[in-house]
Amino acid sequence: MGGHLPVLPIVLPLLAAPACVLLRRRPVVLTFGIGVAWATFALTVQLLLQVLATGEPVTYALGGWAAPYGIEYRIDVLSAFVALFVAGLGAVVLTYAPRSLAREVPADRQYLFVTAYLLCMTGLLGISVTGDLFNVFVFLEISALASYQLIAMGPSRRALTASFRYLVLGTIGATFILIGIGLLYEMTGTLNMVDVAHRIAEAKGTRTIRVASAFLAVGFGIKMALFPLHAWLPDAYAQAPSVVTAFLAATATKVSVYVMLRFVYTVLGPATSFQGSKLDWVLLPLALVAMFVASGVAIFQTNVRRMLAWSSLAQIGYMVLGISLANVTGVTAGIVHLFNHALTKGGLFLAMGCIAYRWGSVELRDLAGIGKRMPVTMFAWVIGGLGLIGVPATAGFVSKWYLVGAALERGMWPVAALILLSSLLAVVYVWRVVEVAYFQPAPEERGSVREAPLSLLVPTCILLGTTLFFGLNAVWSAGVAEKAARVLMGGVP
Amino acid sequence: MSPDTALVLALVLPLSAAGVTALFARRPDLREGATLLHGLALFGSVTTLVPHVLDGQRPALRLFELVPGLPIAFELEPLGMLFALVASGLWIVTTCYSIGYMRAHEEANQTRFYACFAIAILGAMGVALAANVLTLFLFYEVLTLSTYPLVTHHGTEAAKRGGRTYLGILLTTSVAFLLFAVVWTYEIAGTLDFRPGGILAGKAGGGTVVALLALYAFGTGKAALMPFHRWLPAAMVAPTPVSALLHAVAVVKAGVFTVLKVVLYVFGIDLLATSGASVWLMWVAAATVILASLVALTKDNLKARLAYSTVSQLSYIVLGAALANRFGVIGGSMHIATHALGKITLFFCAGAIYVATHKTEISDMRGIGRVMPVTTLAFLLGSLSVIGLPPFGGSWSKWYLALGAADAHQAVFVAVFMLSSLLNIAYLLPIVVRGFFFAPPGAERPEVKEAPLFCVVPLCATALGCVVLFFFADGLYELLAPLGGGS
Repeated sequence: MGGHLPVLPIVLPLLAAPACVLLRRRPVVLTFGIGVAWATFALTVQLLLQVLATGEPVTYALGGWAAPYGIEYRIDVLSAFVALFVAGLGAVVLTYAPRSLAREVPADRQYLFVTAYLLCMTGLLGISVTGDLFNVFVFLEISALASYQLIAMGPSRRALTASFRYLVLGTIGATFILIGIGLLYEMTGTLNMVDVAHRIAEAKGTRTIRVASAFLAVGFGIKMALFPLHAWLPDAYAQAPSVVTAFLAATATKVSVYVMLRFVYTVLGPATSFQGSKLDWVLLPLALVAMFVASGVAIFQTNVRRMLAWSSLAQIGYMVLGISLANVTGVTAGIVHLFNHALTKGGLFLAMGCIAYRWGSVELRDLAGIGKRMPVTMFAWVIGGLGLIGVPATAGFVSKWYLVGAALERGMWPVAALILLSSLLAVVYVWRVVEVAYFQPAPEERGSVREAPLSLLVPTCILLGTTLFFGLNAVWSAGVAEKAARVLMGGVP
Repeated sequence: MSPDTALVLALVLPLSAAGVTALFARRPDLREGATLLHGLALFGSVTTLVPHVLDGQRPALRLFELVPGLPIAFELEPLGMLFALVASGLWIVTTCYSIGYMRAHEEANQTRFYACFAIAILGAMGVALAANVLTLFLFYEVLTLSTYPLVTHHGTEAAKRGGRTYLGILLTTSVAFLLFAVVWTYEIAGTLDFRPGGILAGKAGGGTVVALLALYAFGTGKAALMPFHRWLPAAMVAPTPVSALLHAVAVVKAGVFTVLKVVLYVFGIDLLATSGASVWLMWVAAATVILASLVALTKDNLKARLAYSTVSQLSYIVLGAALANRFGVIGGSMHIATHALGKITLFFCAGAIYVATHKTEISDMRGIGRVMPVTTLAFLLGSLSVIGLPPFGGSWSKWYLALGAADAHQAVFVAVFMLSSLLNIAYLLPIVVRGFFFAPPGAERPEVKEAPLFCVVPLCATALGCVVLFFFADGLYELLAPLGGGS
């Protein structure tokens, strides 16, 4: 298997997905899906270890066609890191799924859920490992189409509207990306990322390249829900089944941020992106506005899941801010926040799933007294909430540490101050939930509600527990992120 | 016991106390007994460290790295030794007192109370032992968050509001200012270790030092420098043992401790003294001393008056730090201990009066001295110590602080200390006078009715402690002497 390792994490779920349609029977499909997800995770672990051991990117020529003519998978530290947490979170969330789905998706459609879930995972993993521009677009579409279907499975009919809205905006985004890639192809005559990176110097400063960066920035902006291109996200997150929200929140937007990083730093290169196209001056203000506006809106939400969705938008602002600061610390902050926030938000949405399962409502006013009735779930939720604020000892603190450091390194102390101020908004929206959950008595009809079942509780606690671990000991996560950032900043990997 | 083991124990014991407390949730006697034992063990292991520190040793412990290059590490130096002693010693007394108070009051959620209390002590110990600013910041926030459930213990609307102010101000200042200052320091100095003489000397210019000092001073919301002092009176909705230990000792002292520690080991007093970057801080602290005392005069609620008195006394310590000379720093550090003993006595008395008579307003306390003679006497002793009269511990710290002001050629601050002492007399002693010399309401002679023994014994112990401290100031001075540089 050694030589084919880079392609296996893509092939495995891709082949398993149609197999689910054939298997069909609910328990079999679910067990099979979970098995595949964990096997994929094991493969990505292997991949990351290999990349870290050699320090060189691992390449794989698909079908034996040498690059730049064939499609090349090119896995450096960043790719392997993103693939690792996408597969890891995918596996944990799918393990959580059977119990939660039982309440939210009809039993005879669950095999379709697993199929779409595995396809979505395939797409996301494919994006992170491929070294080919057009291949990025293909995988982007695979994951997007699968996620439209996943969102549409939501329990209420509003899920259909949410899914349709995402479909429309997602398609616009994908089209923009395709146009951007087309323009790059026109100027460089190649689709291989490394090749483009080498040849772009000749086309540097031309209007075509500038237009291409604009199209790409807008396209990725929509995909990652960067303010003000975020309109699809809150509805989609609020209406999808709990499991889907957890999975998409933890991985889909993160992978879009990854592609943005890849294009800005590897394909276009910092010189073209920043000096040529001034992307930093587009991204930096948008990121700052996102941090404040989205957090501000989150404060006024009455549905806790929607509140978390808005908080995600603010957190994406932090990641983009890190990218636009364009120094090693900033990019490290962006990458490590991808990881930290994936764990935190994934865990929080799983906790929301526990609440939806037992409590039946995720409206803020209905959560009165839940702290007494579901103490473990709520405690885990609070840990996650503290992570959003960035309290020390949570993973969120590590991200913020790097981000503020990066801003100060650039001498942008107002930006550093704004980062810290915006996290105070998180205090407000997190504490609204804490006060309702702990200081209001539970209504009588919920007096007998018990703690969530272990099959839901354990994955939730694992994810939120890891945020504490990576908050106290970020040597590994921040270390890998910094390595990845150095590779990126070094230009061509 | 080797110093390293003692250091580990100082951090592990509070944590295990929290765990054991939660384990014995349904057996109150076992639960409280276990807390008490943990307290004794903690104090014991902290005490074993004193000779080592006096010898000039600096026991250290290094855990994993929080961010690459920045470990969670502990190192014991004299100032931390003092704070650790105060916090762990008074934890025992407060636990005794809590047993009396919480049972007499039949408070709910006592397990949560004891568990959070233990975690708060962990926070205080972590702050005391921290070897770098990041570790200190970590435990500072542990202290903030673990005390939030204590402040809102009653769960009422008022408690919720108090909790909001408490958390709002403490988190806002620490995240917006303190964290900013920490990252900035790291950018400038490339290290966050506490080093004698500071890490910023020669690396930061005048304006930067002033700005950083401002961020540290106001960012340490727990030091309650005006205008960020509102959380302290707001936190008085908590049960009295919480107010006593946390808001006279652990939380607020963690604040001023942070200020002292940063002045000593991040800036270095030489840097501040030569650049004059801390002069503005002296004025802000002096203003807080006077203004808070004036506000205290207007408060009729006993706990509120004590809260403002605390705000005022904390700024003594900040002022001592800002003076940035040998005596200022030593006086300020000593005041951590002397004020802790004095103020905890006063809070214990306030709680005892509440338990025995359910009175909270000073105007209702006419003749309280005839009903509760022991408590009122202890209140008198505590007051005299806070005022700073011999033979009470408080007189020494005030003496050194005044010396520090004189050494810095800032005669005006000597006057501030004296004026503040007068104001202390004005807001503390009337309570005692009213208690002993005014006739109680109702005609006949009231019976003596003290609070439960578990409340009275601790407050007598701390009141006596104030006297004992006067005679052992030598030892304190010897412990703290290395702080001022020189010997």
